[in-house]
Amino acid sequence: MTVNDVAQFLVVVAALAVTVPLMGAYMARVYSGATSRLERVFRPVENLLYRVSGVDPESEQTWRGYVTSLLAFSAVSVLVLYGIQRLQEWLPLNPGHISAPSAPLAWNTAVSFVTNTNWQNYSGETAMSLFTQMTGLTVQNFVSAAVGIAVAVALIRALSRSRTATLGNFWVDLVRGTVRVLVPVASLAAIVLVAGGVIQNLDAPHLVHTVVGARQSLPGGAVASQEAIKELGTNGGGFFNANSAHPFENPSGFTNVFEIWLLLLIPFSLAWSFGVMVERRRQGIAILAAMALLWAGSVLPAMALEAHGNPLLGPGINQRASATVVGGNLTGKEVRFGAGPSALFNASATATSTGAVNSMSDSYTALGGGVLLVNMMLGEVSPGGVGSGLYGILILAILSVFIAGLMVGRTPEYLGKKVQAAEMKLIGLYILIVPACVLAATAISLSLPSVRASLLNHGAHGLTEMLYAFTSASNNNGSAFAGLNGNTTFLNTVLGVCMLIGRFALIVPVMAIAGSLGRKGRIPDSAGTLRTDTALFTTLLIGVTVIVVGLTYFPVVTLGPIVEHLVTHG
Amino acid sequence: MSTVSATRSGLHLEPALVRRASVEALHKLNPRTLVRNPVMFIVEVVTVLAAFFWLKGLSTHSSATNVFAGVTVAWLAVTVLFANFAEAVAEGRGRAQADALRRTRADTLARVRRDGAVVDTPSADLRVGDVCEVGPGEIIPGDGEIIEGIATVDESAITGESAPVIRESGGDRSAVTGGTRVLSDFIVVRITSNPGETFLDRMISLVEGASRQKTPNEIALDILLAGLSLVFVIVIVTLQPLAAYSHATQSIVVLVALFVCLIPTTIGALLSAIGIAGMDRLVQRNVLATSGRAVEAAGDCSTLLLDKTGTITFGNRRAVDIVPVGGADVTALAEAALWSSLSDETPEGRSIVELVHATYSLSDELPGDATLIPFSAHTRMSGVDVAGRQIRKGAGSAVTAWTESCGISTPTDLASVVESISADGGTPLVVADATRLLGVVHLKDVVKPGMAERFAQLRAMGIRTVMITGDNPLTARAIAGEAGVDDFLAEATPEDKMNLIRREQAGGHLVAMTGDGTNDAPALAQADVGVAMNSGTQAAKEAGNMVDLDSDPTKLIDIVEIGKQLLITRGSLTTFSITNDIAKFFAIVPAMFVTQFPALRALNVMRLSSPHSAILSAVIFNALIIVALIPLALRGVHFRAAGASSILRRNLLIYGLGGAIMPFVGIKLIDIVVTALGVR
Repeated sequence: MTVNDVAQFLVVVAALAVTVPLMGAYMARVYSGATSRLERVFRPVENLLYRVSGVDPESEQTWRGYVTSLLAFSAVSVLVLYGIQRLQEWLPLNPGHISAPSAPLAWNTAVSFVTNTNWQNYSGETAMSLFTQMTGLTVQNFVSAAVGIAVAVALIRALSRSRTATLGNFWVDLVRGTVRVLVPVASLAAIVLVAGGVIQNLDAPHLVHTVVGARQSLPGGAVASQEAIKELGTNGGGFFNANSAHPFENPSGFTNVFEIWLLLLIPFSLAWSFGVMVERRRQGIAILAAMALLWAGSVLPAMALEAHGNPLLGPGINQRASATVVGGNLTGKEVRFGAGPSALFNASATATSTGAVNSMSDSYTALGGGVLLVNMMLGEVSPGGVGSGLYGILILAILSVFIAGLMVGRTPEYLGKKVQAAEMKLIGLYILIVPACVLAATAISLSLPSVRASLLNHGAHGLTEMLYAFTSASNNNGSAFAGLNGNTTFLNTVLGVCMLIGRFALIVPVMAIAGSLGRKGRIPDSAGTLRTDTALFTTLLIGVTVIVVGLTYFPVVTLGPIVEHLVTHG
Repeated sequence: MSTVSATRSGLHLEPALVRRASVEALHKLNPRTLVRNPVMFIVEVVTVLAAFFWLKGLSTHSSATNVFAGVTVAWLAVTVLFANFAEAVAEGRGRAQADALRRTRADTLARVRRDGAVVDTPSADLRVGDVCEVGPGEIIPGDGEIIEGIATVDESAITGESAPVIRESGGDRSAVTGGTRVLSDFIVVRITSNPGETFLDRMISLVEGASRQKTPNEIALDILLAGLSLVFVIVIVTLQPLAAYSHATQSIVVLVALFVCLIPTTIGALLSAIGIAGMDRLVQRNVLATSGRAVEAAGDCSTLLLDKTGTITFGNRRAVDIVPVGGADVTALAEAALWSSLSDETPEGRSIVELVHATYSLSDELPGDATLIPFSAHTRMSGVDVAGRQIRKGAGSAVTAWTESCGISTPTDLASVVESISADGGTPLVVADATRLLGVVHLKDVVKPGMAERFAQLRAMGIRTVMITGDNPLTARAIAGEAGVDDFLAEATPEDKMNLIRREQAGGHLVAMTGDGTNDAPALAQADVGVAMNSGTQAAKEAGNMVDLDSDPTKLIDIVEIGKQLLITRGSLTTFSITNDIAKFFAIVPAMFVTQFPALRALNVMRLSSPHSAILSAVIFNALIIVALIPLALRGVHFRAAGASSILRRNLLIYGLGGAIMPFVGIKLIDIVVTALGVR
């Protein structure tokens, strides 16, 4: 790694260290119903939304009511988004006269954006009209993020309240999260991005003559606004096919670091909010520390591996960074970022369930690509997607307490709530669903010759390409390894199913756990209680995440990235 | 029950027990019984599957492959047998105790009163409500309550305690247990339980494990283990197509071997043995729990209600000092106190004699004729008339009333002495004769030695102790302070006790208590762990969820520790089982694919000699570790009273980190042996 690589990493860490407590405290206030200094702006908007939708903002829902509202809202979202795409030819704001995507592709895209995955089996600039991008995809970028946070907040309430049947109101959480957190922060971020050179217009494609005399069509669009929420909401769906590698989305080293900070902001901050909302700040810090260590533990190796260069290039080729050489494994990477910062972006994006990329993962070194894969396999908890990262790691914390808590001679409890058979059934389901989805879909796909034909490579690398796609979809990450043509009826459909399962088949048990924990009383802490706010617990949580979740994938990772790495290194 | 105690002690596995457990292990292979243990049931199913494919491939595969597959299948089967063996050993130890108990359940003839006549009836035909007569030397035919008479009873068959106890009608010592023997006197007993449902019957079925039900935490853990097993079902089932894509299709035997190594077989095999052994440890200390749930709750208890008398203090007040008042001579006071106590056979009286003997050289001969004045409720004094003197002792108000009636003014310093003794938790006993008020004997509840340390340990474990006493708040506070309990409930009525339990439970605490009287029964039932004294009433025993045969209330603390130790053992072996997987992955996965991808040799960190030996070594390790851990499962993980953080750190280091590292060593050693034996 170069000094510049390390410096950029440290800048991101420093920016987070300053902003996470502020953002965390702010979100805790938002979801506790506190008023804000901008109440005169927020309140009328919210009241209008409540009146139009007939929601009583004072009422609370049980976990069943909460999750039913959530599922209904998401189902309608999928239908509407599907409709917008299929009808875009006849809808306004289609200066490029783009025709409707096929039914399987529209299904895949609708599910992808509603589940906060943003897997894209299309090229944004050529397949979706401005109307679809703005009223369909961007709207989902906001609300799907708000849905994720809502689930996390409901789980926090279950842990912080005693003997409660209700966990808040889904509609209120959805509205407040969108109006008070996502829209204002994304607006500010969009302005910063515009200042940094990201485009923002409603223009038809510009036709230009290139220096070599060819004609090129340069599409315009509301890119900065979509870019901001793409990162802030850990969505990742690029306006352009090249995603954050495209200079209109991510023009400079500054915007690169800014976008990395933006996509990490809410997932880390929510852990802080958790500590504030359960009135035990150290509990939040212990969770935050586990997330941060897992993140640093993947980002730094990925940066080092990519900065080190490509072993397939012979000794005659200079890959060492110097004043005149960018250095590192630059295949598929942008020279304006460099190998290290590219890996910093992609590793952070895969750790946050942001499907964004600023470089092509397919051309990473075998192990570097493997790090991106493992980031997702850990279940997106380092720090994971907005909301989903926190509820994911809280479920793992409860599992850790269950396994290790017995070792202190008490039946396990987390934050004073007993963890019993009812919760373990749901947690068992939770840890089962995603690996089942990833492994079964990958195995079936690789067994079908017609699906294998979608692969660019074969052997270990081909296995990784297929594995990556289903890992990304099932964990709602959305980043593509590339090298796989996902726009086939089979893959569109199956990837869509994986995304749905990976999102809602997890949210339902999480909410059921919240319901069950909420009903329980809180056992007061004593010297006999397993403390969950210590470095020891953070270590334990990381251990459980790596061993219980991560090791599940050891055989398949061996057949993919590990074999590829060992073979290329002779 | 000396025979029982002998078999209970220690962890000695007798050859007979091992033989019997080995046979049992085979019986337990029956899928219908094994299905209660989901993890081992899956292992049995996949072993049969592997055996089928091994036999099917015999004619087509090379002999080396066939030998490898055969040996692997055999070890997989051994894994199930070892798990069954662990359970059988635990049950066998319980059964040895049950057999000894059963011997005491000899059928006797009961003399039953029916329609005004006495009829001889076999004890097996007794029904609830029957009234029997039992004379000296006879065995009490069933559990019951004395409705007439008083007798000394030898309960050693149940408690192992050889000293006879007194049982009498009415009051809190009226319950008798079937199988115990009346030594003297004659009693009439009303039978309170039907044959097959007696205390002894319940004890037998409990220690045998026959009526063993899974505890809530065991069920939750079983769910987790089943969930983890299911995850690995998916991992293994999907591995074959992925391996096929990589041109490295695996044999079913190898896939099954990997599967069995990955699922948590260690804890799956030992879980029920740990539970049975926990119950067993209680029985070893002469405590019977009505369910495993109660043992688990004991580990969770965060508030202990302890009766002052008998638990914290010896129960008898002892004289610790004498204080003269009004300028009286201390020797004169000592003499008066001695004389008034010489024929006082109460523990308090004896303690005064002991104190005076130890401090003053006075003769314990009474000078001349003495008339003993017994304590009367009217005067509230006792004493002696000797050598023309009327010596009286009693409570301050009673004695001063008497002396004032004799025309003696009360010394001005009496009030302050009495007050300071009371404030210290003591009882002042004022001594006077008809001419003068001499002074005060300081009687004190003596706290048992070592209690303060015990309570400090409990505090470190996060357990709050509350002393329950009928004393006034002043005395209670002083004793609570001396004993080092966290809180006290003074002038406690049964309702107060009940309210305290409810209040603690509403605050999220689990409460443990002991009790023996009928008026304790509601509180015993309300408490999460209610330990009834065997000497107590039937009502108390029915209400609690444990019975202490020794009737030693101090044992509540042991019970909590046993509960904690049970949970710690379960958690430690679960952690061990899970962290074991790392090494097994590194043994088996490279071995599976190294033929297709020779570069995978780099992952063979243990340098195992061949793919076959690597897989086989992991399977053998997986089976042997079960046997190796049986003693630990039965004995329980070492428990030391400490805070949760230090216990966790220690156990995580031993069972977490140790569980990750140990199999690397174990598998390597087995690989050396297996290779030497010729597995290629």
